[in-house]
Amino acid sequence: MRRKLDKGTAKRLAKIILKNYKIHLIFVVIFIIISSATSVASSLFLEKLVDDYIAPMLQTENPMFTELAYALLTMIAIYLAGVLCTYLYNRIMIVVGQGTLRDVRNKMFEKMQSLPIRYFDTHLNGDIMSHYTNDIDTLRELISRGIPQILNLSITITMTFVAMLTTSLYLTGIVVVITILIIMAIKRITGNSGKYFMKQQQSLGKVDGYIEEMIAGQKVIKVFNHEEEAKKNFEKLNTELFEDAKKANSYANILMPTLSNLGNLLYVLVGFIGGILFFNNIGGITLGVIVAFVNLSKSYTMPIAQLSQQVNSIIMAMAGAKRIFDLIDEEPEFDEGYVKLVNAEINGEEIKEADHYTGKWAWKHLHHDGRLEYIELKGHIELTDVDFGYDEGKLILHNISLYAKPGQKIAFVGATGAGKTTITNLINRFYDIEDGKIRYDGININKINKKDLRKSLGMVLQDVYLFTGTIRDNIRYGKEDATDEEITEAAKLANAHNFIMNLPQGYDTIIDGSGSSLSQGQKQLLSIARAAINNPPVMILDEATSSIDTRTEKIVQDGMDKLMEGRTVFVIAHRLSTVRNSKAIIVLDNGRIIERGEHDELIAQKGMYYRLYTGAFELE
Amino acid sequence: MIKTLAKSIREYKKHTILTPIFMVFEVGFEIAIPFLLSILIDQGITNKDYNTIIIVGICLVVAAFLALLFGRLGGRTAAVAASGFAKNLREDMYNKVQDFSFLNIDKFSTSSIVTRLTSDVSNIQMAFMMIIRGAIRSPITIIFALIMTFTINPKIGLIYLVVTPILGGSLILLAKYVHPIFKKVFNTIDKLNRVVQENVNAIRVVKSFVTEEREIKKFNKVSDDIYDYFSKAEKVMAFNGPIMQITIYTCLTLISWFGAHFVVSGEITTGELTSLITYVMQLLMNLMMLSMIFVMIIISLESGRRIVELLEEVPDIHNPENPIMKVENGSIEFKNVSFSYVNNKEKEVLKNIDFKINTGETVGIIGGTGDGKSSLVNLIPRLYDTTEGEVLVGNKNVKDYDIKVLRDQVSMVLQKNTLFSGTIKENLRWGNIDATDEEIIKACKLAQADEFIEKFPDKYDTYIEQGGNNVSGGQKQRLCIARALLKKPQILILDDSTSAVDTKTDSLIRKAFAEEIPNTTKIIIAQRISSVQDSDKIIILNNGKIEAIGSHEELLKNNKIYQEVYNSQMKGSEENA
Repeated sequence: MRRKLDKGTAKRLAKIILKNYKIHLIFVVIFIIISSATSVASSLFLEKLVDDYIAPMLQTENPMFTELAYALLTMIAIYLAGVLCTYLYNRIMIVVGQGTLRDVRNKMFEKMQSLPIRYFDTHLNGDIMSHYTNDIDTLRELISRGIPQILNLSITITMTFVAMLTTSLYLTGIVVVITILIIMAIKRITGNSGKYFMKQQQSLGKVDGYIEEMIAGQKVIKVFNHEEEAKKNFEKLNTELFEDAKKANSYANILMPTLSNLGNLLYVLVGFIGGILFFNNIGGITLGVIVAFVNLSKSYTMPIAQLSQQVNSIIMAMAGAKRIFDLIDEEPEFDEGYVKLVNAEINGEEIKEADHYTGKWAWKHLHHDGRLEYIELKGHIELTDVDFGYDEGKLILHNISLYAKPGQKIAFVGATGAGKTTITNLINRFYDIEDGKIRYDGININKINKKDLRKSLGMVLQDVYLFTGTIRDNIRYGKEDATDEEITEAAKLANAHNFIMNLPQGYDTIIDGSGSSLSQGQKQLLSIARAAINNPPVMILDEATSSIDTRTEKIVQDGMDKLMEGRTVFVIAHRLSTVRNSKAIIVLDNGRIIERGEHDELIAQKGMYYRLYTGAFELE
Repeated sequence: MIKTLAKSIREYKKHTILTPIFMVFEVGFEIAIPFLLSILIDQGITNKDYNTIIIVGICLVVAAFLALLFGRLGGRTAAVAASGFAKNLREDMYNKVQDFSFLNIDKFSTSSIVTRLTSDVSNIQMAFMMIIRGAIRSPITIIFALIMTFTINPKIGLIYLVVTPILGGSLILLAKYVHPIFKKVFNTIDKLNRVVQENVNAIRVVKSFVTEEREIKKFNKVSDDIYDYFSKAEKVMAFNGPIMQITIYTCLTLISWFGAHFVVSGEITTGELTSLITYVMQLLMNLMMLSMIFVMIIISLESGRRIVELLEEVPDIHNPENPIMKVENGSIEFKNVSFSYVNNKEKEVLKNIDFKINTGETVGIIGGTGDGKSSLVNLIPRLYDTTEGEVLVGNKNVKDYDIKVLRDQVSMVLQKNTLFSGTIKENLRWGNIDATDEEIIKACKLAQADEFIEKFPDKYDTYIEQGGNNVSGGQKQRLCIARALLKKPQILILDDSTSAVDTKTDSLIRKAFAEEIPNTTKIIIAQRISSVQDSDKIIILNNGKIEAIGSHEELLKNNKIYQEVYNSQMKGSEENA
């Protein structure tokens, strides 16, 4: 079973390489053949040197070196051709190798971008990253070094075998027997080393995962004096990796001596059996045949032993390739949505699709019966009896029903863990609901193309992540073609402009992804600017201002209020002062809606909201 | 560089030394085999001497088996030595990173540290194995071949003396030229890893903004860069093979020419010429091996440099000599403290900070975004060192304490906090490895976390995913507070640690603190006035300077900023109260 899988992996890898580099590889093979032929020609010449050139000269009184000189000049020409071909096939293999690696890398990344959030929930970041490092490295080893060697050596082996066949059929029999032994040895040893190389690659992924997690949390480790603990766990994983690496490499390393000495055995047997045949005059064996065959057998087993060295890199690469293919084969985020978001021109009832930015959008709904319908994007969102759980059978949300009419501001309030963020994760379809329905402008969101759905929603997430690059690039993240003016405007709206101008290079200041040079609040301001710049019809603000001081927040809030005008907005916030002016406040508790209504109504109800709201001030 | 790396061989020294020794034996027997075989042919077969054939034949088989034995032994010890070396190297690097200060960590980026610990170590491991297996084996064979050549005819040997320096020189030139290119390759790989890491971490942002295409473009660009640099480096290295071949072929041609002359003039026999050629071929094979090792070393050179750079990084915060091992009390004093992350007076984030906090006091810190609140509290457990002035804890300079003792007593909940993959209990035990279940539950009750933990089906054994992605922001914060409480510190610092916790829970936490741990000094950074207004004193930071210190009432009376903040937050409540 495992062997079969490996074959599949190998085939697939070969297909990927062949797809783009067939012509390259044909040239590589041609050049390698010439290059190997050169070395065979060289051996042949050297064998004849004494008999054909030197011996005749010894017979004459006045030895003439001209013939030898001509022969040597021919050889020099052949050598030069060989050198040239060696250089050329190496050059071409660079393109094949690096090109394939680039293709695989890009394919992997593209795939990764299409995977559902769940994939990232269930895989360690470091393990995902190790696909791009360790696993790719194994492929590089195979393609840039392994493949040319394998080709080269296989050709040499074949040529030598043919030479042996023509020299003596009987002695070739011995060679065949030994070759079978060699193949058996290779099978046995590589079976073991393959198993452990696979294990090694997995342990490596685990170690990478641990390192990534720990290094990312290094500051917490420092604060908790947890260094020793972290070391201990690391040591455990590291030792496991060591054990696997040790076993894998031990098996791999004994391959070469085993084979080269099986080669020696062949060498010995040829001499031995050849001698016996010679004594008994069987098969027309002469002393010359034996000597020639002994030499041939050496040039036969030497490349086999060298070839076996490449077996390691093949096995490693197969282990790496399998992990890579596993990632590429992951089920992508399923998107059955066919309703598209388009720019639109709207004249009263009539909606026309536009090919340019109009500031208005429409859902393009092609019904199954072929009817084409345009529905204006208004931002009407309705959840009906929605149930959801991250794990099957464990519901986090129960029977959630709510609606937001276009332009309304809806706030989610509730204790931590009540399910506020989860609801927003369902609206943008990070996760799919278990039961119920979510409608967007009357369309079931399952029918809407996920990308278009998300484009229509401006998100400010609870955890702020920025990307390495300039401040300007980070704001532009929300709208690729944003002009500098738009960026400044968005920054001003989010009240980020002032602090940005105080940075050494202003908008061109480079921040790194972890954003250690910025305070948490500054990062939140940037993430608001990033969401604001795209002018989305619906906005989801999840704790967007939790780390911003209240003075700043007030100014941001003013800007946001302006921004929110005419938009549907979902807000999650702890500071109830920021949700007061919402059209509806939804109070969640343990995944259920327990209260809903406007601020004044809820206060009058004297329920949970009232307690939460007044709770903030009970210490006065 | 080699010296620093070699330190990590340690317990695998035995294997490291044994490998080449086994290799020498293997090579010895391997060289003996053709020698014995020539006896078998010349004396046994040619003379039809049956006895010689049998005896030499047995010797041959024995030699082959011994070569096999030593070869396998050497293969095994090489595997152990290289894997062990890599293990120690990873461990040393990892331990080194554990000694890093925050400043050190900031300097190397996280992704760069990760690549160094993974890919770079793998490269070195491969190179190391090739070196101990091949770097001895090949030169020995070469030396043997050279000695034989010189014994047969010193004049022919001279050819090598001319060719070898040319070969060596061109290889060194190649190395010199290619090294800076490989440096670029590795830097670009760092960059690629960074892009992947950021995308994995921020996948929610990518998906919300539907920027997959752009991220793919960004990635492809870096990927192209790697392609370009790597190809460039390999193109240079592609000269390696031809250089080798030219050398070999030159030798062959010269030997054929001069050899023929010497044979004709009777200086050497034809048999000797054949041997000379055999030795050249042996040289060829082994030079090829060496050149492969050479390429490997060139590639790993940069990896080695990057590893050593990390290993030799001096942690900029270390324990003083004769450290103080006990923190007397929870008082804190800042004496004219200034601080800048880059040691640049112009870019100071804190300027002339002066204040004192007594044991058991609760102190609130309020300030605008980027006003230096986090920087200020980071100085107390000595996560960074002050640029000017001193910070005292328990009346002693923090620099005089044993760092571990100090950080055990000053427990800090970071603003950007992390939970690790593992159960809740395991995460909490970070605070105190020996904490009993009762202590854990007590800490969680204080942090108002017990209630929601009990609601999880697996309760305290609930598995937390990496980064705590499967609990909500507020739950995460409360777990982090509980974790910090388990240390039973004298000073507890909450750096905006309740921002995602609702106000009611927030006030319950503070109430629990006041009642249950009255003797612990508490510093609370917050945005909400309600979080700090019952503190003994409140420090207002503005632009890296202390604007005012006082109680809620005092500040409300005298401080404009405070009034402004207060009014903005209270407005709603008063209307409805």
